[in-house]
Amino acid sequence: MARGYVIKRKEQTSKTALAGVKVLEYAQLAAGPYCTKLLADLGAEVIKIEPPRVGDEARRREPFLGDIPHPERSGFFFYLNTNKLSITLNINTTTGRRIFRELVKECDILVEDNPPRVMKDLSLDYGSLQIINPRLIMTSITPFGQYGPYRDYKAYHLNTYHGSGVAKILASILPEETPMPTKGPGFLGEYDSGLNASTATMAALYTRLFTGRGQHIDISKQESLIATERVEIDMFGNNERGSTVWLQYMAGGLQRCKDGYVMITLGGKHHWDGLIKLLDNPDWAQDEKYEEEINIYLHAQEINKHIAEWMINQTKEEVYHRAQALNCPAGMVTTVEDLVASEQLKARGFFADVEHPELGKFKCPTASYRFSETPMRLEHPAPLLGEHNEEILIKRLGYTPEELAQMRGAGII
Amino acid sequence: MSRLPLEGIRIADFSWAWAGPYATLLLAFMGAEVIKIETSKRPDHTRLRALSTGPGATDPDLSPIFNDLNLNKMAITLDLAHPKALVLAKKMINISDVVIENFRPGVMGRLGLEYDVLRQIKPDIVMLSSSSLGAEGAESKYAGYAPIFAAHGGLAYLTGYPEARPVPLMGSSDLRSAATSAFAILTALYHRARTGEGQHIDLSSVETISVLIGDAILDYIMNSRVPIRKGNRDEIMAPHNCYPCKGEDKWVSIAIATEDEWQSFCSALGNPPWAGEEKFCDAYRRWQNQEELDRLIGEWTSNYTHYEVMEMLQQVGVAAIPSFDGTELFQNPHLKERGFATEVTHPKIGKRVVLAPPWKFSDTPARVSRRGPLLGEHNEYIYGDLLGIPEAEITQMEEEGVFY
Repeated sequence: MARGYVIKRKEQTSKTALAGVKVLEYAQLAAGPYCTKLLADLGAEVIKIEPPRVGDEARRREPFLGDIPHPERSGFFFYLNTNKLSITLNINTTTGRRIFRELVKECDILVEDNPPRVMKDLSLDYGSLQIINPRLIMTSITPFGQYGPYRDYKAYHLNTYHGSGVAKILASILPEETPMPTKGPGFLGEYDSGLNASTATMAALYTRLFTGRGQHIDISKQESLIATERVEIDMFGNNERGSTVWLQYMAGGLQRCKDGYVMITLGGKHHWDGLIKLLDNPDWAQDEKYEEEINIYLHAQEINKHIAEWMINQTKEEVYHRAQALNCPAGMVTTVEDLVASEQLKARGFFADVEHPELGKFKCPTASYRFSETPMRLEHPAPLLGEHNEEILIKRLGYTPEELAQMRGAGII
Repeated sequence: MSRLPLEGIRIADFSWAWAGPYATLLLAFMGAEVIKIETSKRPDHTRLRALSTGPGATDPDLSPIFNDLNLNKMAITLDLAHPKALVLAKKMINISDVVIENFRPGVMGRLGLEYDVLRQIKPDIVMLSSSSLGAEGAESKYAGYAPIFAAHGGLAYLTGYPEARPVPLMGSSDLRSAATSAFAILTALYHRARTGEGQHIDLSSVETISVLIGDAILDYIMNSRVPIRKGNRDEIMAPHNCYPCKGEDKWVSIAIATEDEWQSFCSALGNPPWAGEEKFCDAYRRWQNQEELDRLIGEWTSNYTHYEVMEMLQQVGVAAIPSFDGTELFQNPHLKERGFATEVTHPKIGKRVVLAPPWKFSDTPARVSRRGPLLGEHNEYIYGDLLGIPEAEITQMEEEGVFY
């Protein structure tokens, strides 16, 4: 089968940090797949196990090329599954589970996101799998973790986001405009959980070099999200009000301009000086009281009204560059269109050219880090559903083409 | 005691504020020995102020935010602007495995501590530089803080309600950047352990945010569409929202994905007549009429507490979880059983509840072992015991202000 070809990034070398590391993924949507995508893009071999026929649920998620829903046309699936191999396997069958165990025997890392009791019922829990592979690192990513009273509760991204307290924090940032708590956009909390899981997984892989032993990592999405607001949430544990009570003292902040919004954040008096220059030294800012830094915060509301009047006639891009040139920290509130057009992202090589048999040629975001010796790479596009059944099951595990045909007929692959 | 995942790893930490220190906090939870290098002239930002807590602290050892982000670490003072400091910094680096910094690009070079210099001292050093927009490009020297990362990275525009302003988030963008740094460092350490090769990692905090909305970016690239924020709504699922419950500002989140879940949901509500209407008959119709659906569900949920709704619906396999506030998290029986928070005792702040590491390792557990360090608390140990500088020399340098 013809594979897509991906154009390499400029700093491409053949060396990767995770060369030879074998990962098995039995997970859907964003959290587990993002965790293994990070590993795959840094050189690990990731075999993704998908349910036969339907595949990963991400294949049924927007965006679709040309808005035509199709399991091979999802940009969401593509983004989360670059550099992976895909096989289909029904682990609710005895043969399916046997193949699963054969794959576990050969891998370093298993990343899965199934309800704890499901893996236990299928005898695919860590206790069972470590017997066949004591070096196995198994990372389980679930809404509430492997133990505790909520262990078996059902939760989608919306629910874990709200259950972590982070949604209420978002609502408290702009209380006058938000009628109710809100979740983070898209699958933000799932990406966060995947990133959190990847950190622990890498630590386990590192320490295995010295202990020779694998282990089980229990990742709760709720706790992964709580960790993203660690400092804020800690305050409540010490009977303090959240920090958002301080927002009224924040000079600058989110400001509306002619064509969108900018964000200005002052880290001290020197930034205030830059801000005043940006505003062309208005009369109101000449008040002596602003010589003293504390007054900038105490009068933030008044100051922000002045800034708002000026800002509404400016464009975000102009404000961004001028403010920064004057040492006033500022950013645009970018749309995805702004990101794609960004000269800075281009200069950094943030987008790589990729090609996929169904999606054609397009640009894809890469990563936020540039490794000097072992850069990440988008070498292969996301796999087609079951694209590597033959390669894995016949070439690696030694099944015959006839056996494969029978398994396909029986709904196992 | 069991082995810690990063036992034997030493990190020379030149970073400050949130994005650097949280990265080394995660690594310190894993057992790395983290040595913070500060100066009294300009101690870590969070010792004296934090964007979200206003100004006001006068004692660098009284900041709970500093404590929270620097647990398990040691701290020394070293005035990098002093001519004698560079030699000491290099000695520190010589005995370290990792160097991390989050100055504006160019500052480490000005201090004489850029990667090319560090690798002369320690060829297998892993160095991570974290900055707002990365070390290359025309905007590389632009400054930023967490809300700017969220705004400029594309997340703020997508967060909140379409009719309201974008939401720039808060400190979480720093922590997301930091978690990415920790992952990158671990990967480089793994490579180093296998090959003996160190390297430099140049990380952009803005990009750590943009990669979390990769699917929205591809919507523009593939279909020229610019997605906007949509509150709690989903592209496919309905109901998928937050519903009012008994009490002030209490909400429960409910999400339904399948027909089975919808049927269970209806029976939990006692099959009200509206649930059988044609406009709610399948997932597509429910999604089309979700505003009305949300209103009807809200009328039902407001008769109960958010805990009651959760229990009733979870019993029949429907995803319902309260939208907890910070206080409720610390009273929550599930989080308590999982030990999500712990306590440290600080000589100046007193007892302080802090969050535990966000992972459970079965063989090499991570942990909170110690409160955050006082400014310069470990000067004697690091300069004397670890670097072996004779006492007389230390005294002299102290007088010359090298450690100020």
